[in-house]
This record gives sequence, C-alpha cells and structure tokens, in this order.
Amino acid sequence: MSTKPTNVEEIKKELIAKMPTKVARKRAKSILPGTEVGEPIPEIQSNVRTIPGVITQRGCTYAGCKGVVLGPSRDIVNLTHGPIGCGFYSWLTRRNQTDAGPDGENFIPYAFSTDMTEHDIVFGGEKKLRAAIQEAYDNFHPKAISIFSTCPVGLIGDDIHAVARTMQEELGITIFANSCEGYKGVSQSAGHHIANNQIMKHVIGTKDVEVEGKFKVNMLGEYNIGGDAFEIERILEKCGFTLVATFSGNSTVEDFRKAHAADLNTVMCHRSLNYVAEMMETKYGIPWIKVNFIGAEASAKSLRRMAAYFEDQELIDRTEAVIAEELEKVKTVVDEIKPRTDGKTAMLFVGGSRAHHYQELFKELGMKILGAGYEFAHRDDYEGRHVLPTIKIDADSRNIEELEIHPDPERFKPRKTEEELARLNEKGLDFKGYEGMIGGMGKDAMVIDDINHYETEKLLEIYKPDIFCAGIKEKYIVQKMGIPLKQLHNYDMGGPYAGFNGAINWYRDIDRMVNTKVWNLIKAPWQTDGPELEATYVA
Amino acid sequence: MALLRHTTGEIKERKALTVNPAKTCQPVGAMYAALGVKGCFPHSHGSQGCCAYHRSALTRHYKEPVVAGTSSFTEGSSVFGGQSNLITAIDNIFTLYDPEVIAIHTTCLSETIGDDLMQISQKAKDDGKVPAGKHIVYASTPSYVGTHVTGYANMVKGILKGFVKKTGTPNGKINIIPGFCEPSDMAEIRRLADMMGIDITMVPDTNGVLNGPMTGHYEMYPNAGATPAEIAGMGDAKATIGLGRWATADGVNFLDAEFKVPGHVMGLPIGLKATDRYVDLLRKLSGKTVPDAINFERGQVVDLLSDYSQYFYGKKVAMAGDPDQVLALVEFCITLGMIPAYTVTGTAGKYFDERMAELLKDVPYDCKFKCGGEADMYLLHQWIKNDPVDLLIGNTYLKYVARDEDIPLVRHGFPILDRVGHQYFPSVGYSGAMRLMEKFLEALLDRLDRDAPETRFELQL
Repeated sequence: MSTKPTNVEEIKKELIAKMPTKVARKRAKSILPGTEVGEPIPEIQSNVRTIPGVITQRGCTYAGCKGVVLGPSRDIVNLTHGPIGCGFYSWLTRRNQTDAGPDGENFIPYAFSTDMTEHDIVFGGEKKLRAAIQEAYDNFHPKAISIFSTCPVGLIGDDIHAVARTMQEELGITIFANSCEGYKGVSQSAGHHIANNQIMKHVIGTKDVEVEGKFKVNMLGEYNIGGDAFEIERILEKCGFTLVATFSGNSTVEDFRKAHAADLNTVMCHRSLNYVAEMMETKYGIPWIKVNFIGAEASAKSLRRMAAYFEDQELIDRTEAVIAEELEKVKTVVDEIKPRTDGKTAMLFVGGSRAHHYQELFKELGMKILGAGYEFAHRDDYEGRHVLPTIKIDADSRNIEELEIHPDPERFKPRKTEEELARLNEKGLDFKGYEGMIGGMGKDAMVIDDINHYETEKLLEIYKPDIFCAGIKEKYIVQKMGIPLKQLHNYDMGGPYAGFNGAINWYRDIDRMVNTKVWNLIKAPWQTDGPELEATYVA
Repeated sequence: MALLRHTTGEIKERKALTVNPAKTCQPVGAMYAALGVKGCFPHSHGSQGCCAYHRSALTRHYKEPVVAGTSSFTEGSSVFGGQSNLITAIDNIFTLYDPEVIAIHTTCLSETIGDDLMQISQKAKDDGKVPAGKHIVYASTPSYVGTHVTGYANMVKGILKGFVKKTGTPNGKINIIPGFCEPSDMAEIRRLADMMGIDITMVPDTNGVLNGPMTGHYEMYPNAGATPAEIAGMGDAKATIGLGRWATADGVNFLDAEFKVPGHVMGLPIGLKATDRYVDLLRKLSGKTVPDAINFERGQVVDLLSDYSQYFYGKKVAMAGDPDQVLALVEFCITLGMIPAYTVTGTAGKYFDERMAELLKDVPYDCKFKCGGEADMYLLHQWIKNDPVDLLIGNTYLKYVARDEDIPLVRHGFPILDRVGHQYFPSVGYSGAMRLMEKFLEALLDRLDRDAPETRFELQL
C-alpha cells in the first residue's frame, strides 16, 4: 500500500473506484472536501435515497418518529400499530433517560404494540387498533396516546387518524396518530418531521397557564441521551433561566402543551427541530436561536447568547459567574488530559447535528477532525440556512406533510419588536441562523453524506484515525480494525456529554479510548517477534 | 421507585394490545441464520429501517459486526413492486462486497405488496447479475406471521432448498440443524458429536462468525460457518437431527421429504435429560459407543446437582423466552427440583401447551404458562405481582421486572444486551448444564447471603 492517496480528491476517487458506474456517479456528489473559514461552500448532495444493496447507516421514518422524537416523552403511551418487530426494536434502545417526576408517570420502559398478524393485514387493522387504544386506556389511564403506523399499515390503508379522532372523543384524552411508515422519505429525518408536525398540531399551545419565571426558554432538539438534558437543565437553572419544555428529552405532554409560554426558543439539533422553531415563531411570535451545549466553550457561548437576548444585566452577570465557575472545573481536567490527546485524530459520521457539535469537544482536546458527515441531514445542515430557498423539493420530500402555519389569533405575541431584533442582531445575536457543518472544517478534511460501509472501511484504511465516531452497527466493524469507536447515538452507555460536566465526562472517556493499551495487545508475542528457533538436546 | 410502576396485579383481558413482547419479528431470525453460512451476505428485502433494526439488535446481542443489505424501499417501490430495487441490490452487493451467497429474506412490506423472491432471483440470474459460481438463496419471512424463531426456521429451510443435492452416494454423515441458540451452543453441539467421532454437517453454524477474535483486521466473511459445498452434501447424509421443534422442524422435514434423509426432531439439548437424549440419538444413529469422556462430563452434572440440590429444591421460577428454549429450561428446572411457576413465550404453537402440560404433570404447584401474542412480559409481571417467585430466567428486558420485584435474574435467550458470556460459553450439553446450574446458584446463593440475618450468615453453603 505504498501508493496511498494523500489528498481529498484522490481519496474520493479511491472510495468510488470499485463501485458500479451509476453508484459511483451518485456517491461522488455526496463527497466533498471541507472549506476554510469564510470561503464559499460548494453544494453537497444530501437527503437523497440510499442505494439498494449498499450498506447504509440509516434507519427509517418510523425510527425517527417513534424512536427519536416522541419516544422520550414519558407521559404518553406510544402505541406502535403494526407487526411486533418495529415496536420491539424501538423499546428502550435509545437511552432516553427520564425523571418520572412528582406525578410518577413514565411509560418509557413499556413497549406497546397492536402486534398485527396476517388476519389484520388481510382484513384491516383498524378494529384492532381501536381495541388496543381502549385496552391501553383501561390498563394505564394515560393522559395522551400517540399512534405510529408501520410499513404494512400504509399499504393496507388503515385510517389511523380517524381512529385517533373517534377514540379521543370517546375517551376524552389526547390521542393523535403519526403516518410514519418506514418506506416514506429517505431517512429517519422524515419521521422527525412527521412527529413534530403532529405535536405542533395536537399538543403545543393547548394549555394556557401562567408559567412562573422571568427568562422563559424552550430547548428544541435535545433528547436526553445519557442524561444530557439533566445537565442542561442544571446549568440553565443555575443561570436563572426557566425551562418551559424540552423537545423531547425528559419531556412530558404537559410541558409541550404550555411551550408557547416561552419567550425564546433555542435549537440544539437543527435537523430535527428547525421547522418547529420556525412554526412557533410564526404562530406565537417566539424568536429562535441556534445553540450548542456540546463542548464547554460552545456551552458558554450558547448561555451568553441566551442571556444577551433577554437584555437583563442581572441575568447576564449571573450567567457570566456561572460560566466562570464551571469553566474553571473544566480547565483543570483539560490541562490534565490534553497532553495525552493533543494532535490525535478523529472522524465522525453520525446523526444530524452531532457530527458538527462534537467537533467542538474534540478541538478542546487538541484533536484534529479528518472527516465528518451526517447520517440523515439536509443541505442546510452542511452548508448553512442560506441555501434553504435553493433546496430542490423532490418526490420523497413531498410525501412529508408541510403545515401551513398562521399567527394564532389569541396567542400570537411578538416577543421583540423588529427594531429590538435588529439591534440584538447587530450585537452579534444571530436569529434563525445556522452556518452548517462544512465551513471551517479545512480543505484536508473529508465531508461525506450518508457514508456507507464500503466507504467507511476504505477511509479507515487510508486515514487510520485515532478514534472514529458512529453507531452500534459500525462499532465492532471499526474496532475489529483496531480503531476505537465512540458511539454518538447512545454514547456507549457513557455520558452525559452536554454542558460543562458533560465535557469533563467526554474528555475522560476520549482519553481512555485513545490511550487504552488494548489495541497493542492484538498480536501475540509470537506474531510480532521474528522467527526464532529454540533447541533442546536430545538424549 | 418502580420502573414498571404502572403494572398492577389486576389482570384485565387483552385481545388487541401487546405490552412488552416476549418475541420479535421473523427477519431478525432469518438474518441470524444466514450468518451461519460461510461467505454469506444477508439481505433484507424491504425498507431500510428493518435492516437497520435487525443489524442493531444482532450487534447489540453479540457485540460483533453484523452486516446486511437492504432493498431501500421508498414509496415508489411500495407501489410498483420491489423487483428493480432487489436486482440493483444484488448487482451492487456482488460488485462491492463479493460474497459467495446472498441470503434474501422478505419483510412485512415486501410481503404485503406480494413480491415473489423466486421470480426476482431468477430474473437476476437471467439478467447476468449473479456471477458464475455464486448463489442466491431466499426465504419468505413476513413480520406479521410467526416470530424471530419462525424467521430462523424459514431461512434455514431456504438455505437447504438453495443448496442441498442428492448424488445417490451416501456420505455417512449426520446433519444437525441447531435451533435458535448461541454460537457457543452450536460449538458445544458439534463438540459432543466430535467426541463421539461422528462426522456431522451443521447448518447454520454461527460459531466463529458471531464470537470471533480480535485480529486487527475486519473480515466481512470470517473463516467459519457451513460452506455451500457441505450444505449441498446434506442430501447424501445418513440422518438429520433438528434441535428445537419451532426452529428446525421445517428444515428436517424438508430433507426427509425431498431427499429421503430420515429426520429426528427433538428439543434443544439444554439440561441433563435433553442432553442425554441428544447423545443417545447420536449413538443410535451412528452406531458408535458413547466415550468415557462424555460419561465423565455427565457424571459431573449429576454430582453438582446432588451436592447442591437443597438450594434448588422448591424454588419458584418465572421465565420468558423462545419456545424451544423455555421448554428445555422448564424440564431442566424440574430436574433440579425447582418449580417453573410462570412461563411465557411470544411464539405460538399447540405443542407448547401439550409439552408444558406433560412436563408439569407431577409438579406440585399450579403453574401458569401461555404462548402466542398475548403471552407477553406484562402478563408475566402481573402473575409475579400476584404471587412472587425466587428466580427469573429470560432476556435483558426482564431486568426491569427483576429490579422492581427484587428477584434475581439469570439472563438467557435473545436479546442479552447488558452482559457477555452467552457468545462464548454454552448452555447446551453437559457443560452447558453445569454453567446454568452455576448461574442459578450464584443468583440464589447471593440472594441468600444478602438477606441472611447476622446469626444465619454462614461461611459455607
């Protein structure tokens, strides 16, 4: 392997060389070098179908809808309408930690399914769905039930929304349905959108109560994997913010109902929630900013931006004091660990937003990012929101409902005047802004959308990074090659990694992973030493 | 605080709602079976989420690489049929990943639209998408029929259908189809046959595939599993043994009907009596004598049981799992003097009820058992709420019940997500029986020690 490619263009050629022509042509458009800060960002192909037979990281629309967005909501009975598999596989596998709170309602450890059999597929499953909702109500008395359709339900045409409506009338609790069949859209991203639309339609703004607190915010796109939301809640409270609702880590339907009481929406995962932020601004007049609580510096920056928005000196001072106190703890750990991680290299191919956010944490350890990409992003996640008007709407995107949102006649209340927004903007508070992942990654980094197994293997052979970040399906493949893999979906049961305490957890975990001795043990002594002869006398 | 805090002892009849299932769907079993063929690439014909879920489930259970392809259905393919997606997939798989075999299984999506795998595979061959010397096998595994156990059985039969031939020259071998069990179990099933000097063909054989070594290299096709050539020879064998009625009877009967290879379906050889039956059947079919080494291992099982019978005797057990697994475990628990008080399996079958009744007839307790869709872990938990047990046996999902009810759990079955060992150490055969006894004892004696008052805390047990 002496003729290893050395620059991004050569590597790209190597990645696609063995692919069938059509596949190669398609994949070429999803592979780019990063760009330097301030340079124009080229267009990257993303949010397009995976190629049959080419091993992908992606999951399906149902996974995004039930697994990611509504799954972490503890007081909703999430009922999967379909054969047993989908409900089974999305049962507790996302590590959505939750605190059942004083009301004690928590349905997260349960898997609810209509367990459709052949009979239901042939004769229709509506009757069974209706009965299952009744039985869920009789056994569990939840305040809300949401229904998720799986592939065959879409084909046989069960009207799950009609069932939801009639059962809502009969039982007097909130019941809504999600048409999130796995074949819709091209990735889990479609499922996020479907769930969010239904939450927007059926839940947000359905309870008008006075929420106490001066600085009320919502956290959008935070799923409390490994307790991330707990850490963010801790920091926000310490600074003096009031968190009305988190979408949807450690969340409740009750919090969603009053989310319109917040005065600022903060968006963590841009991919899964940017449109909810937009809709809530249109409907209720709540401005939104992009934040990032992954990375100590990023967390500090996000807190400062949030405080700046409220223009309250007391809040600003308190926030600064919190940041100073927290960063001091963080610095002690960085000082200890950085000498061991400095100059090491990493790649991240994961999720939507995580591949961007976690670059901050690696940089804090002095590590270099050799490549990154998203599993289910759209162009704006890579290139920035300015490309939104130029994104082509294809047939797969058209399958996902777009809500037409208007100002709520009673609840619309602009939180800031145009002048105030403009003034804050001048001070550097970028509303509705997201620059995307690619800018600033540097020309020698690889950006790959929807990376597949084949490309991953090639990339690892060429770059040999010190650590690779992806998910469970990739983990043991990469580790068999002697490279540690950090799961960024479930954190390898570690975490939290958000906020300041999270950053410290991360530094320690990465230190362990890139410095562990295990990778030096792969060869036995007799496999590494040269041939050697030992002799004994024969009597 | 209870984790399953909404579960009460009040049992209301449910006909439509499954809560905490003791089963999952067919394709994951099919994917697992396919991995037991050397050089085989499993392919899921449906939308990509199924494949992602099944790969994740198997990876989490084995902590090993599991790759598989998907036909990546979108709305269009759901309406117009999945033929073009599958043919594209076959072409891409052979070009990029170069397997010997592609094992295709369907999903509820491709089944509902009626895709015909036989016809599509033929078209792929006719179109030149299958390189010379390479193979496609397939199985129909709709998720709304059966469970992961059925999916395993269907893929086993699909593999046999795809490869087995009869040359007319007997090869003197014995075919073994292991049920849905661990790679370590398959290794142990083979070891016993080896000890008897019997030449077997085992299909599938995931030993070495899903418990492989760390080498610094990733091998998509480990040097393990049954080879297509070996499988082809099964038509010339002396007999077939199927270990597990649900998982293997179809395959055994296929070889019997199609190639006149006499078939014997028995249970999984878990526990003393079941292992005895396996060894005895091997002896009868091969005409070989059981070697002393096997008698020695068997004697150790009986010895340990006699030494520790007092701690097993009368202990109540609740278990959830696959029917082939739980039937064998129930028998073993009874052998140990334990009471299998509650048993559920999500996989249906009339034989389950018959066999349970037979096994339980002399057990002095009103044991409850149930199979099929309504037999979920929620029901099991409700039974326990009404009358607790001393030990739980089942997959990782039972840990919530274990914690809530403060009952020790021995992890067994699929999936085990939070512990290791199942990949490496067998629970079948005599050595497996010893390991199970050890695990049961660990759980029971740890509890005894934990709960003992100071005066009753003993050095020797």
